[in-house]
Amino acid sequence: MSGNLGIRRLAKELMAFKNEQSPVGIHLLKADDLQTWFLSIQVLGDSLYEGEVFALKFVFEQNYPIEAPQVTFVAGSIDGSTYQVPLHPHVYSNGHICASTLDSGWSPVLTVSSVCLTLQSMLASNTKLVRPEGNDKYVAHAPSNPKKT
Amino acid sequence: MSSDGEDDDFQYEDDTGFDDDVDMGGSDTSEQGGFDDDEEAYDAFDVTAGADQPPPKKPYEITYKVRSVQDLQEEQKELIDRVAGLIDTDSSTAATLLRHFRWNSEKLTETYWEDPKKVLDDAGLEAIASPVVATKPLPSRTKSRITATSKEPFECPVCCIEYTGGETESETLGLSCGHRFCKGCWKEYLENKIMDEAESGRIQCMESGCGRIVGEKTVEALVDDKVKTRYRELLDRTYVDDNPSLKWCPHPDCQYAVKTTQAPARLLNQIIPIVKCAHSADHRPLTCKYVKLWEKKCADDSETSNWLMANTKECAKCNSTIEKNGGCNHMTCKKCRYEFCWVCMADWTTHGTAWYNCNRFDEKAGITARDAQAKSRAILERYLHYFNRWANHEQSAKLDKELYMKTEKKMQEMQATSNLSWIEVQFAKRAVDVLMEARMTLKWTYAMAFYLTKCNSTTLFEDNQANLEQAVEDLSELLEKPIAPETIPQMRADVTNKTAFVQKRSDIILQDTLLGHWEVGRVLTGARQEFELIPSPNVVSQNRWEFSQ
Repeated sequence: MSGNLGIRRLAKELMAFKNEQSPVGIHLLKADDLQTWFLSIQVLGDSLYEGEVFALKFVFEQNYPIEAPQVTFVAGSIDGSTYQVPLHPHVYSNGHICASTLDSGWSPVLTVSSVCLTLQSMLASNTKLVRPEGNDKYVAHAPSNPKKT
Repeated sequence: MSSDGEDDDFQYEDDTGFDDDVDMGGSDTSEQGGFDDDEEAYDAFDVTAGADQPPPKKPYEITYKVRSVQDLQEEQKELIDRVAGLIDTDSSTAATLLRHFRWNSEKLTETYWEDPKKVLDDAGLEAIASPVVATKPLPSRTKSRITATSKEPFECPVCCIEYTGGETESETLGLSCGHRFCKGCWKEYLENKIMDEAESGRIQCMESGCGRIVGEKTVEALVDDKVKTRYRELLDRTYVDDNPSLKWCPHPDCQYAVKTTQAPARLLNQIIPIVKCAHSADHRPLTCKYVKLWEKKCADDSETSNWLMANTKECAKCNSTIEKNGGCNHMTCKKCRYEFCWVCMADWTTHGTAWYNCNRFDEKAGITARDAQAKSRAILERYLHYFNRWANHEQSAKLDKELYMKTEKKMQEMQATSNLSWIEVQFAKRAVDVLMEARMTLKWTYAMAFYLTKCNSTTLFEDNQANLEQAVEDLSELLEKPIAPETIPQMRADVTNKTAFVQKRSDIILQDTLLGHWEVGRVLTGARQEFELIPSPNVVSQNRWEFSQ
């Protein structure tokens, strides 16, 4: 469960999603608590991922939003629908994402919604359906928490 | 140049203690004869002889000062105060500017007066009078925090707690960039940066994309005492890391730093053998970089080293060891902030938008891998050749410590069995001192030889090495001999001569090797300055030694 600092903030962010104030192409799939959320993400317009829907898993730690949440693409099913990890040179096959926003570029003013927008544009601007260099080696040793890498 | 002059100079080296010795006459002549062979070697250093007065210390030695944490703090404070006075600003701003300029106050003041606004901007400190607009408005924000004054009601965008008009002033805070947050969030944020991420002088505003640096005073006003202590510690550490003329003692428990303005600033990390402090093992004449490589190599059979070999690389700029445990190939060195590609180790900017796939390495990688395999056998044999010699001296050096004890006993014995006084038997102690130091030097010349590419200069190097090796062995043998009362005067003369000879051979190899590192600089800067070790800016500094890994 997140600390006192984040509760109010997460509650407010959750409220916005529930009131359908989310950006286009982003929907809240599941948020049973203020710790783990699932969101669907879709790239609109011309892109290599036309018609595809992906799912993101957000895990909020103790000191969110001071620290970035753990964000990964989901491979598997959520509430009956099955999702794949998108083929992208910044996305490992275990769902880990290499994006500065989620690491050194994180700022406490960024939100779940702004992270989704960043990832949406990351997918939209891709020109090659490939995995990152050294994907297999990385996946074989990577810890489950993407921030520990 | 006259070799006699050099001999004299050497003979009466300040710290030898020979000056007190009344019995030197006989040995003096025999020694000069013995040194005739070396004239040629000395001629190579003709340039030094031009000096009007004898140099106060050996050329390969560097003046340095040892600095305690307290000294460093005082030094910082002095610099900060001076700069604050010069550019008419507060100490917090001056400190941030100094960090930005890597503590080069001359460059700072010069650049500052050319364009104060630009300098402040670059350093993450906007001029207070002209607030800058936010880099990008965030969609979820209802009212602009930039315009919010301290009197209006305010909702902190981080924790979403609302503050009434009065509380805004007391409970929230914005830097000169205008991005306002509540003090609780600032505290959390700063503590996280300091305690978890070990950041200090470069903590930026919480706003995404805002480069405004959080000043010392702000940090210290917001965080707890424990965090404050850590913050100060980290600031002191960055002072040394950022300052080209300072370097921490490599011993893990040692709190001292070494300062020298004599080494070429940006090369202090690489040419450190010239600097030694109490804890740092003297590994002259080999440079740190290769000592690191060598030690890594020698410990090859240990798991740690294998792991280091397999999983780490050195930053191409500052030589810090870096482990990549995930993420993409775009690496940023935590220490020097050099951005490079993990695959080909080249500067990241050359990659452009190659989508994080380094393809320039692909074709070459296969060839390199195959080549490496074929070569490894030959390389191993060559390595063992040098390693055995290196290890041999390492072992002998350990035995030399026993020799020290034995010599101590012998000295007492000599005093008892002959009419020599305490001061007169010190020659034996000095012989062991010189021997131990020479062994160290010799030991590292073998590691150096391993990395040297064969050329004309290496032949001279190997000759010098062989000469020193011979001298060391002779002296070692002399010292091992049992003493008989009747041969003491003869033995004393022999040992004294041999000690002087070993010292000289050792000086030669250190001096020659060091000059080799700075060959071009030497030729162009002329005799007087050659040992200043400050490479001329017009010269592409060329190393006589060609190293290969």
